[in-house]
Parts: sequence; structure tokens; C-alpha cells
Amino acid sequence: MIHSLFLINSSGDIFLEKHWKSVVSRSVCDYFFEAQERATEAENVPPVIPTPHHYLLSVYRHKIFFVAVIQTEVPPLFVIEFLHRVVDTFQDYFGVCSEPVIKDNVVVVYEVLEEMLDNGFPLATESNILKELIKPPTILRTVVNTITGRPGGDKEFLKTDWVTPRGSGAVSPLLLERVFSCVYERSTNVGDQLPTGQLSVVPWRRTGVKYTNNEAYFDVIEEIDAIIDKSGSTITAEIQGVIDACVKLTGMPDLTLSFMNPRLLDDVSFHPCVRFKRWESERILSFIPPDGNFRLLSYHVSAQNLVAIPVYVKHSISFRDSSALGRFEITVGPKQTMGKTIEGVLVSSQMPKGVLNMSLTPSQGTHTFDPVTKMLSWDVGKINPQKLPSLKGTMSLQAGAPKPDENPTVNLQFKIQQLAISGLKVNRLDMYGEKYKPFKGIKYMTKAGKFQVRT
Amino acid sequence: MTDSKYFTTTKKGEIFELKAELNSDKKEKKKEAVKKVIASMTVGKDVSALFPDVVNCMQTDNLELKKLVYLYLMNYAKSQPDMAIMAVNTFVKDCEDPNPLIRALAVRTMGCIRVDKITEYLCEPLRKCLKDEDPYVRKTAAVCVAKLHDINAQLVEDQGFLDTLKDLISDSNPMVVANAVAALSEIAESHPSSDLLDLNPQSINKLLTALNECTEWGQIFILDCLANYTPKDDREAQSICERVTPRLSHANSAVVLSAVKVLMKFMEMLSKDLDYYGTLLKKLAPPLVTLLSAEPELQYVALRNINLIVQKRPEILKHEMKVFFVKYNDPIYVKLEKLDIMIRLASQANIAQVLAELKEYATEVDVDFVRKAVRAIGRCAIKVEQSAERCVSTLLDLIQTKVNYVVQEAIVVIKDIFRKYPNKYESVIATLCENLDSLDEPEARAAMIWIVGEYAERIDNADELLESFLEGFHDESTQVQLQLLTAIVKLFLKKPTETQELVQQVLSLATQDSDNPDLRDRGYIYWRLLSTDPVAAKEVVLAEKPLISEETDLIEPTLLDELICYIGTLASVYHKPPSAFVEGGRGVVHKSLPPRTASSESTESPETAPAGAPPGEQPDVIPTQGDLLGDLLNLDLGPPVSGPPLATSSVQMGAVDLLGGGLDSLIGGTNFAAPPTAAAPASLGAPIGSGLSDLFDLTSGVGSLSGSYVAPKAVWLPAMKAKGLEISGTFTRQVGAISMDLQLTNKALQVMTDFAIQFNRNSFGLAPAAPLQVHAPLSPNQTVEISLPLNTVGSVMKMEPLNNLQAVSSRLQSSNVFTIAKRNVEAQDMLYQSLRLTNGIWVLAELRIQPGNPNLTLSLKCRAPEVSQHVYQAYETILKN
Repeated sequence: MIHSLFLINSSGDIFLEKHWKSVVSRSVCDYFFEAQERATEAENVPPVIPTPHHYLLSVYRHKIFFVAVIQTEVPPLFVIEFLHRVVDTFQDYFGVCSEPVIKDNVVVVYEVLEEMLDNGFPLATESNILKELIKPPTILRTVVNTITGRPGGDKEFLKTDWVTPRGSGAVSPLLLERVFSCVYERSTNVGDQLPTGQLSVVPWRRTGVKYTNNEAYFDVIEEIDAIIDKSGSTITAEIQGVIDACVKLTGMPDLTLSFMNPRLLDDVSFHPCVRFKRWESERILSFIPPDGNFRLLSYHVSAQNLVAIPVYVKHSISFRDSSALGRFEITVGPKQTMGKTIEGVLVSSQMPKGVLNMSLTPSQGTHTFDPVTKMLSWDVGKINPQKLPSLKGTMSLQAGAPKPDENPTVNLQFKIQQLAISGLKVNRLDMYGEKYKPFKGIKYMTKAGKFQVRT
Repeated sequence: MTDSKYFTTTKKGEIFELKAELNSDKKEKKKEAVKKVIASMTVGKDVSALFPDVVNCMQTDNLELKKLVYLYLMNYAKSQPDMAIMAVNTFVKDCEDPNPLIRALAVRTMGCIRVDKITEYLCEPLRKCLKDEDPYVRKTAAVCVAKLHDINAQLVEDQGFLDTLKDLISDSNPMVVANAVAALSEIAESHPSSDLLDLNPQSINKLLTALNECTEWGQIFILDCLANYTPKDDREAQSICERVTPRLSHANSAVVLSAVKVLMKFMEMLSKDLDYYGTLLKKLAPPLVTLLSAEPELQYVALRNINLIVQKRPEILKHEMKVFFVKYNDPIYVKLEKLDIMIRLASQANIAQVLAELKEYATEVDVDFVRKAVRAIGRCAIKVEQSAERCVSTLLDLIQTKVNYVVQEAIVVIKDIFRKYPNKYESVIATLCENLDSLDEPEARAAMIWIVGEYAERIDNADELLESFLEGFHDESTQVQLQLLTAIVKLFLKKPTETQELVQQVLSLATQDSDNPDLRDRGYIYWRLLSTDPVAAKEVVLAEKPLISEETDLIEPTLLDELICYIGTLASVYHKPPSAFVEGGRGVVHKSLPPRTASSESTESPETAPAGAPPGEQPDVIPTQGDLLGDLLNLDLGPPVSGPPLATSSVQMGAVDLLGGGLDSLIGGTNFAAPPTAAAPASLGAPIGSGLSDLFDLTSGVGSLSGSYVAPKAVWLPAMKAKGLEISGTFTRQVGAISMDLQLTNKALQVMTDFAIQFNRNSFGLAPAAPLQVHAPLSPNQTVEISLPLNTVGSVMKMEPLNNLQAVSSRLQSSNVFTIAKRNVEAQDMLYQSLRLTNGIWVLAELRIQPGNPNLTLSLKCRAPEVSQHVYQAYETILKN
């Protein structure tokens, strides 16, 4: 099972280590650093690295490498999924998952990690159970951090700071001291109740939940992944959809969610709370929801079901041999949007190395070109179907160099509110088991995932 | 308040300060001090000196403080075993605490203190906790047994904890079941032979019930455990599959992949006619596709596994080609894997799309990826014959880009295309020759030289081209030198008049100026061949080369079957059985797929190919170097064919040779007037492959290994000569029994019936042991395979002694003297041979034959010199008889 965990920042410092069995020397990470050196970018570090006695499995998130060390044959997906869970938990606990935040909360981090695994076996990975065991930092603490002006504000910092004269606008040290001591004397951050959820039939929901406003919101979010070729025809297109829920309901509600067109969903992954039998027989989602935010369902609509492509890109990019100038023109327009507006459009493209600079004029929005990374990005904003946004101009190329042999790929981001591009529609949401009437809401959104247009 | 202050102090006397704080009366101060200690510990500072002070803080009712102290203890108990004992009492007390949380915490922590002296105090509290009324404590205790086992396995067995653990599999709480399974699996890993997890239908049922209710991690453990079970029949397999399928929709990818493993394994037992089989196949595709939309690390593991699944059951994903198309911002490790799978899925139906994609990839930035994409185009051409032409033109387009590495890679694959479709695409050679100068990688240079040599007669200036390479002969890598040597010899044989000088130059370069033994050997062989018998040289050097197989890099079937049982594990990521890389001496049980049950149809070809199955039935596997170990163990594969073409042919001929050397006489003796096969030049062209063919020689000699090498079938009687009946065949010897494997093909327009076989008298006394049985009439274009058992009791045809190597070695071999190697030194033929007496004495012999001299010289080497006299006599009898 999982032996140890090392957290490594992008400059190669190990800033946290946790061992669940015997201690593994941190020199094992040398193999990781070697692999890191070989890979040109952090994203390209292979996720599984063998060493003579161990295996290193890593994920790279928020500029931190989470490196798990295993010694025996363990399903690698199990380890990687667990690492993802660690990242999610940190984010859940601290709002962001970054090196300073982890360092600031090192004891909580350590306690949480200790609860998550026992001897390498997962123990408590559900966020609500963990929060019962170890309380997340309180709001008050966050307040202090904001006042002191840095996330790592602490008593020693304050003490030393008082000696030096401070500029105007500083908060009164006395006030600070008062706030601080009140936080300092706060109650322990370890809960002393048995994590009941861990043993119940519904481990994902804690008992005794109470709200004054009972609400249940569902967001249907679809991302289109597509590759469009030069001529504008679709090479692949698929939709990754999720239904994220935010449920704040008192007691033990039992919900059912039904769809107008459930046949769209033939490839689905459910949250463990969903009763699979009822889905199989009636195509209804029936579940006792976890408390708070969770992902109810993720689904996949593959190319066979004819994915609608909501935008098109017209492009003419020409490099000429021997000439030091190239022409560049891009137009973006709507297509199959069911009458909704496309907004948040961002076009970006990695230009070939030979491009020295670009002088372009957009019909709307702003654009930047970084001559070092050769990254062109154009923030278009909304698309007005009457007046299509375009970006035109010239590129200055390295003189005398041959025509670049790679064509830039155009990456597109966009958003369409109030539309699920697959056509998925929720029919109704019912609640059983509790007496009150909850407030229900549903929202649809379509986004570009990995949307690429080849030129 | 945050914890970053714990990192700030690096002052001297820090430890001292902490010590004072730890001993403070104030609870809060104490807690803060412990926190500082923990923080130092997490970043790797040594705070073990504070051990006694921290342990003193343990006796507290503050749960957080207790936990922190526990954390510290787990880390440092090993280095302070004597001190750790001080903590034991507190643990024992905590194990009886009314609060189950504390009981569980205590038992959990105790297990993590890896000190031998403590373990014995642990047993009693652990036993109690395993039977605790609270499931939370029980499930924690279950894991604790695994911890204890890791520290002291004997103790765990003596105390009977394993049985208690087995009982927990039938616990009422699913989490307890899951943890018990996980603990047992981990213990079983270090006890490969034990029957810790002896699964029976009852326990399986319990696991399946728990599967639905436990956490995602528990599901992984249970599924992995289920995969080790072998259902008793297809009905049971189906019912397990039915209960496992819902797991395919789980959000945790590890659960999905473990479920896929169970299904892939149990599917093996289901009959293909079953409706359910088809349903299952359909259900497997969507979850696998979904895995590919996950994070890149998950994708990578998924892709490695899909690679196995696609090889085992291509039908599952055959319509899903598009999901493997590469996105330009995929990490490189994902790109390369996707490419691999794309080629495996390429078929006539989707080849156009695939080629368009590959061409697109070939213009990307990443060099490794581009290279692999170009190579992939070549593999498509070889795999899908209809697409070959398009692939070639795509490659030509790419060569026109003049991007150096693209051109080189393209030339390497075009060489393979030539080998697959000889005499078809020679028109492109001119284009290739234009790029001669830009080639700087050995592999590309070697490929180009091979092409020039192979088609020398069609390239007008072939001699000039090759000559240009010759200038820097000694700076080239061995690969290029060998290739150049062969190419020039080929050229000479094709255009002897103009190139005499060139060939002499290269021969002298290779033999006199080189210190590479391979190169020298090959040079001498050619030299001698050319000087003694140009006709033979032509036959050897310009022999028709066997076609290269369609699929490259396929995993060998038995290994694939084993790996299917390891889906989702590291083994599946590395495509190696765990025995090849798992640490230490821990034995690993070889897993194998369950056999199909009797109810399934019998006509289906067996899952594991019979040794040395003829190409065409089963794709020939070219193992990578890493598989060599497996090869040597199984001995059912050809050697890695990575060397130059000559090596290939010589190895195969060598193999023919070992079936008895005098195969020609054998075949001449059968009823059909078949032409002798090309066995003769084998001994001449053998040196390169000899190391390997020797190995095969030995095994076939011992004849007790079931997986001995079988020569590929050769056409003995072409259809032209026998009114449409084509006969090809080979001789095999398995477990000492000789048989003749025949393949009869009716190429006439009429049905053939009434087959019979008769052997002429031959030197080995071979005769059919049973009549030839061809049951059904052979209709046009039908092929039957027959294996005819043979014995050696037929009448022996006496022949005049043949004074050549073939005859000598075959004669000796029929008397169980086996030739290991042959060599030619100073115009003398040397035969190296081995024999074993029935009492286990090995004798090694060197037999020297001079052409034109009827006397042979025999030298022996043996541990028991007293037998040598008898061996001399024996040789004399055999050879003069």
C-alpha cells in the first residue's frame, strides 16, 4: 500500500514528508528529480517512476508535485486517485492548495494525512468525515490572516514587526493582539466524536444536519472537447458532462432526479450515493445526498451521437518562404448555438518559433503576443452574430529562415449560459423522507474543454 | 493563527527551548510545543532527542494532544525502542477506554510502532479489539493485524490472528469486511503459497454483498480479491460478472479498472455464443473511454491497460478509434501511448482517418512524438495492406519536408515496407536516394544502405552510392558497417563485372582493418563464399527473405494472458509479470486465465498458441529485448529479429537443420516428388545466429521440453506439380515423439478425397505410426492441417557415407550425438558436438574434417576420461556403418 508521501515544489524542494509505514529516506526522491530533469515541462514528468526498491507515483497540481512512494504491487490508479483526493481535501480545507498555505497549516495537514491513511490503507477520505475528525481552520483565523496582510501572519511575526516603525494605514497593534489571542485560545481542532458517517449505510452524509433555508441546486455543466481540422470539419468531438450539486437540506432527505431524455446518458459515473438499480431499471437518479457540494454524476457523450459544435473559426495563416512577413487572419463565428450567446471567448495559439513578432488589429477585445513564449492570445469576449469578431495583421518572421514546418493550432475557450449542448434536460426533482419544502434550482452551462482548431 | 512560525526558528538551543516548553505546566503551551516538534519532524529535522519529554505529554484527556504525541511516537519509536516501552501502558489503558474513537486510535498507533519488544504487549489488546462491539474499532484492528504481520509474521501466526481475520470476512459490517480483505491480501503477498484467501462460493457471495455497500477503496480491495477466484463453471462466472458490472459506472477510476479486470478474466470462461457475452463486451467499452477523459496521470495508466485489453480482445474498442486521437496539449507520455493504441486499432475501415491524423502529428513540435508518428505510418502500411500505397505516398510527402529527423525516420520505416511488400514500391527509391546526404543516424543510414543493396540492380549508380559510404567506413557504427558489407556483396553478386574492386575493398576493410569480431566474421564468410563457390554465395546472400510479420511489438500470448490477470496493477503498466520486477525474494504466484469450460465450442483456436505455430494462424511475435528472459524459459519463440536480414534467414535455416540435418534425404524418401528445401546452406550462413540456434539445438536434442522449436512449414509439393494439391509441412519432435505436421490445400476446382500416405525407405527408418486420416473430402480452396505420428521402425535405407558435414552431423545426430556449433578454420570443417550417456556423463567432442581427406580427427573433453575410449569406438561405428 502507500508507504510515504513527499510534497515537492517546482524548484525541487521537499517541503513536507509523511510516512505511513516505516520511514523512507527522502533520497528516494532523487530518482524523481532525475525524471523531472529529463522532462522538459513539469506536466511531462511520467506519473510512474520505478526505482530499485520503490515506485514513485506522482501527480502535479497547483505547482506542487505530490509524490507517493510504494514498495509492493499496488494498483497505480488507486494511488493516483488517492493523491487526487489529497489535493481536493487540502483545497477543501484551506480554500487553496499551495505551498505557503500547506506550510502555514502544517499540523492540520499532518493530522489530516494521518486520518486519510492507516498503514497505507485509506481510512477516511470523505471530506465530511474528515471535517468531523479534524476541524478545518476557522473563519476567524482567516480574518486574522487578512488583517495582518499575509497568509502566514503569526504571533512571532507581529512581535518582531512592532519594533520597527510602520507606515500609515497599519492596524493598531493592540487590536491585532486582541484578535490574535482570541484565536490563539480557540478550542482544539480535533473533534472528539466518533465519525459516525464512516460506519453508517450512508457514509457520505453526516447525521443531524440542520438548515433554516433548505435548498438544493444542480448545475449541469458540459465541456466540449473537439479537434477541428483545417477545412473546418470535425475530426473528433465529445462532451464531458457533469452534474454538480449543492444540497443544503435538513435531516435525511431522499431525492429523485429525472430527465427528459435520459437515453443520452449511456456512459455515466455516479457518486456512490446514487442507487444503481433504479437507474438501470427506470433511468431515474435516486439518492440520499451528501451534505454540501458534491459531484452527483459525470457523463460522456461520444462522437457517435453527433455532438453539435457551437462555434467556427475561419483562418488564413500564411508563411512564405524567403519573405520576412506572413499574413494572419482569424474570424470567430457562432454555429448551432440554439439562439444563445457565446461569451467569454478566448482564442490562443502557440505560434511557430520562427515568428518574431506580430502586429495585429482586433475588431473587438484585446490581444497579446509574447515574443518569448510565442504565445498569442486574444480575449474576444462576446460574439455578436451581426458583427463577427476578427483579428488581422502581419507576422514578422525570421529573415532567411525556411518556412516553419509546423502549423499553429488554435485553442478556443468559450462559455454558453443556459444551454447544455447535448440537449440534456432535467425533468423534475422530488424529495421524500422529510416534510419541509425545499427550494430547488437548476442551471445549465456549456464550456469549451480541449477545443482545438488545426490550421 | 497558522503554523508557519514552526518553521521560522533555526536558532541554536531550539531543542532546549522546546524541551522547556514541553515540560511547562500550561496545557496550551505544551500543545503548542508538541505542534512545533511535529512541524520540525515533517520537514525532516531530527527532534528525536525530545522523546522522553514528548512521551510524558501522552497521558492526557485532550484528544488533539494525544494524537499529536501519537504522531511523534510513530515516527521515532524505532530509534528509541527502550523509551517506547514507557508508552505501552498508556496504550493498553487506552484500548479499554469507553470511547471507541480512542480505542481505535490506540490500536492503530500501537501497530505503527515498529519495535519488536513492543509487539508482544500488543497481542492482548489487539485480540480484544478484533472482537470489539464497535465496527469502527474492528475495522481498525483488522488493518493492525497486517501491520503486526509486517513486523513479526511468526507472532501473528502463533497468536491465531489470521483465523480471526478470516472470520472477519463474514462480518456484518461491509467496511470491516473490506479492511479484512485488504489486510489478508497484503499478508498473502508475502506468503504466496498460503491459502489465506481460500475463496469458496459462500465467501464470494459475502464479498459481493459487501462490495455494494463499502467505500470506494474497499471496493478496490474486494474486486482485486475476486479476480483471484476461479469460478467452478460458466454459470457462476456469469453471475459474478453480473454483480460486478455496476462498478463500471463508479466515479473512482481505480474501482472501474479493477472491475474491468474481474470481467476480462471471467469472460474467458463464458461461451462466445452466449448473449451475455456480447452484452458484456458492449458494456466494457464506455467505461474505458471515460477513463480517457480523466486527468493525464489516470489516462496514462488507463492507456497502458487498454493496450493490453486491445491486444486480448480487439473487438471491445474497435469502434472507438477517435478517442485515442492525440490532443496537442496532452503530456508526451499520454501521446505516445495513444499512438500505440491507434496502430493496434487500425484496420481497413478506419485507416484513412488514422493516416490523416498521423500525418498531422508528424508536423508537431515534439521530436520523440514526431518520430513515433512517422514510424506509426510505416506500421500501418505493414498492418493494413490496402493502405500501403497511401502510407508510402504520405511518407514521401514527409520526406519532402526535409526535416532531418522526419526523413530519417521515414527511411527506416520504408525499409520495413519494402520487406513486407517486395518489388512493389521501388519507384520511390529515387526520392530516397536524394536524401542520402542528410542521414546522420546509424539506423537510418543502415536502412538506406540495405535498400540500395537490395535493389542494386535497379539503381544505376548503386556502386557510387555505396562507395560514398565506404570512405568513412571506420567511423560508422557497427550496424552500418555490417549493412554496408552485406549491401556491397549483394551488389557484387548482381553486377559482378563493375564492382569487383569495391567488394575487395570492403572485404579487406572488414576483415583486416576492423577489430569488431562480428564484422570480421561476416567479412570472412563472404570472402570464402565468394572465392569458393559464387553460386552458393548467391543462394545464401540473395536468398529470398521471409516476410516480416504484420504486427510488431505484440506481447507474447502467454504473457498477455498473465498480464490480463494483473490489469490495474504496476505489472500492467510495465507490461511485465510481477515476478520480473517485484522486490526481493517474495515469490509471486503466476496467474493464468481460467480455461473455457466444456460447454463452450471446441472449434475455437486455443487461447495459447501451440509452440511455434505457423505464421498466418497466429501473428508472429517479435519479442522486445526485455522479453528475452521469458523466451528462454518458454523456448517457443524465434530469437529477436532485430539484426540485419541475413541473421534472420540464417537462424531460421539453422532451425530447419536441427531437425535432422539430412532433411532433404528424408523428404526425397516420402511419396511425393517434392523438391528439397533450402536446408543446405544453413551451416554456411549460421555464425551470427549460431548462439541462439545452439540453444534450440540443445533443447530439441533433449527432446523432453514440450515447447521445443518447430521449423516453419515449407512447401514440399507445389500445387503446380500435383494437379492442384499443395502440400507443405514440417517435422516436429515433442516429448520424444516424432510427427509430421502437414498442411494440405486444395487449389484445384474439384473436391479431393481418399488421401493416403506412404514413406519410402529412408535413412532414419521413419514410417507412419498411424494411417493418414483426412476425414472430410477437401473442397476447393480448403486447407486441412494434419499431424501424422511417426515412428522409426520402418526399414532403413543404407546409403553410402557422405563425406560432408551435413551427412556427418545428421548421421551422428540420429545416434544422439548433437552438433552444437560448426566452424571453418584453415579450410578444415570443425564440428562441436555433445552427447550424454545414460548414466549422466556428458562428453564434448570436436570433430575435424578435411575436405578430400577420408580421415577425421576427434578430440574429446569429459569429466570421466575413462569413457573416452568407448566414445572413439562409438564414433567409428556410427560413421563407418
